[in-house]
Amino acid sequence: MGEVYVVTSGKGGVGKTTTTANIGAALAMEGNSVVLLDADIGLRNLDVVLGLENRIVYDLIDVVEGACRLKQALVKDKRFDGLFLLPAAQTRDKDAVSPKQMQDLCNELKEQFDYILIDCPAGIEQGFKNAVAGADKAIVVTIPEVSAVRDADRIIGLLASNDLHYPELVINRLRIDMVKRGDMMNIEDTMDILGIDLLGVVPDDENIVISTNRGEPVIATRNSLAGKAFINIAKRIQGFDVPTMDLDEDSSIVDKLKRLFGIGKK
Amino acid sequence: MFDFFRFFGKEESSSKNIAKERLKLVLIHDRANVSPKFLDIIKGDIIKVISDYLEFDVDEIDIRITKVQNGESDYSSALVANIPIKKMKKIGKNSG
Ligand SMILES: Nc1ncnc2c1ncn2[C@@H]1O[C@H](COP(=O)(O)OP(=O)(O)O)[C@@H](O)[C@H]1O
Ligand SMILES: [Mg+2]
Repeated sequence: MGEVYVVTSGKGGVGKTTTTANIGAALAMEGNSVVLLDADIGLRNLDVVLGLENRIVYDLIDVVEGACRLKQALVKDKRFDGLFLLPAAQTRDKDAVSPKQMQDLCNELKEQFDYILIDCPAGIEQGFKNAVAGADKAIVVTIPEVSAVRDADRIIGLLASNDLHYPELVINRLRIDMVKRGDMMNIEDTMDILGIDLLGVVPDDENIVISTNRGEPVIATRNSLAGKAFINIAKRIQGFDVPTMDLDEDSSIVDKLKRLFGIGKK
Repeated sequence: MFDFFRFFGKEESSSKNIAKERLKLVLIHDRANVSPKFLDIIKGDIIKVISDYLEFDVDEIDIRITKVQNGESDYSSALVANIPIKKMKKIGKNSG
């Protein structure tokens, strides 16, 4: 029996789709069967981020309405064995699917896959309600900026009222240079404010833009810090205890600098 | 001059600290507003505690979270309860 994760944020553009694609690919790379479900109806993106846009025949709404069988709508990723995409409909309205239908769909997918990751649309309306309806667990993605963190807090509250009580946090686009200058909230600050457990920290990394241009998950890019971070997150989801990467751990850097200058504990 | 505190991002007025303080404040209001039940629960508990000592009209109680200004650009949040008192109850009568 698989597990359904919904990837949410509240605010748009903070990295939900990138996170969904890369955690999914990393989970598949480690031998799991994974389906990525694009719940952003009308604004689908997961297909292009994964480079699967030309292989779509049917979509989520077709499945829900019975226009095709589930199996026909699943797009198989040829690079990562075990990775599938269930695309969103691009030309339909968010109301074309109901929370109950999403629940049924998730239950059906759970029987066939180890992990089901749902890419949630921005906002708190119908699309959000549909995306969370069938989820067992939630991941909240934020960037360390005021508006994104505020919206993340709102989403954490809404998740709780949908019975998703212990969401885990992904802090995306952390810039260690800005953190060191005191011009970006660090991991501790962000966790302190939001009060939920940390799943991982992904540095701001131009490799994401490059790999997305190509339609490849960044985890396939050698030496990409963001790729490494997503692989670590996938490991933690599988229950492995993986320490936070050295570079994205703010306090360790501060400690190192302090040591460098001979202050604080050795 | 090499500014140590700024270098380590510990300076109070570093932009991340300003962000953090602003967020903390705005979230107090967001969280209280998201759940109207929150204030109702507080109200219920306050009533329980004070009704041994005071007589008041439950409908007249006004409880809200507001911003208070402590300095020029120093704000904090306060829970303000306005409870018009009708009568003080005699207390200590049975305490001996
Ligand atoms: N860690 C990162 N480093 C650099 N760019 C990123 C990172 N994460 C996301 N991006 C970029 O930010 C933009 C928004 O990301 P996306 O995943 O589409 O967000 P969302 O799905 O939340 O709207 C994209 O252009 C993406 O390439
Ligand atoms: Mg998206």
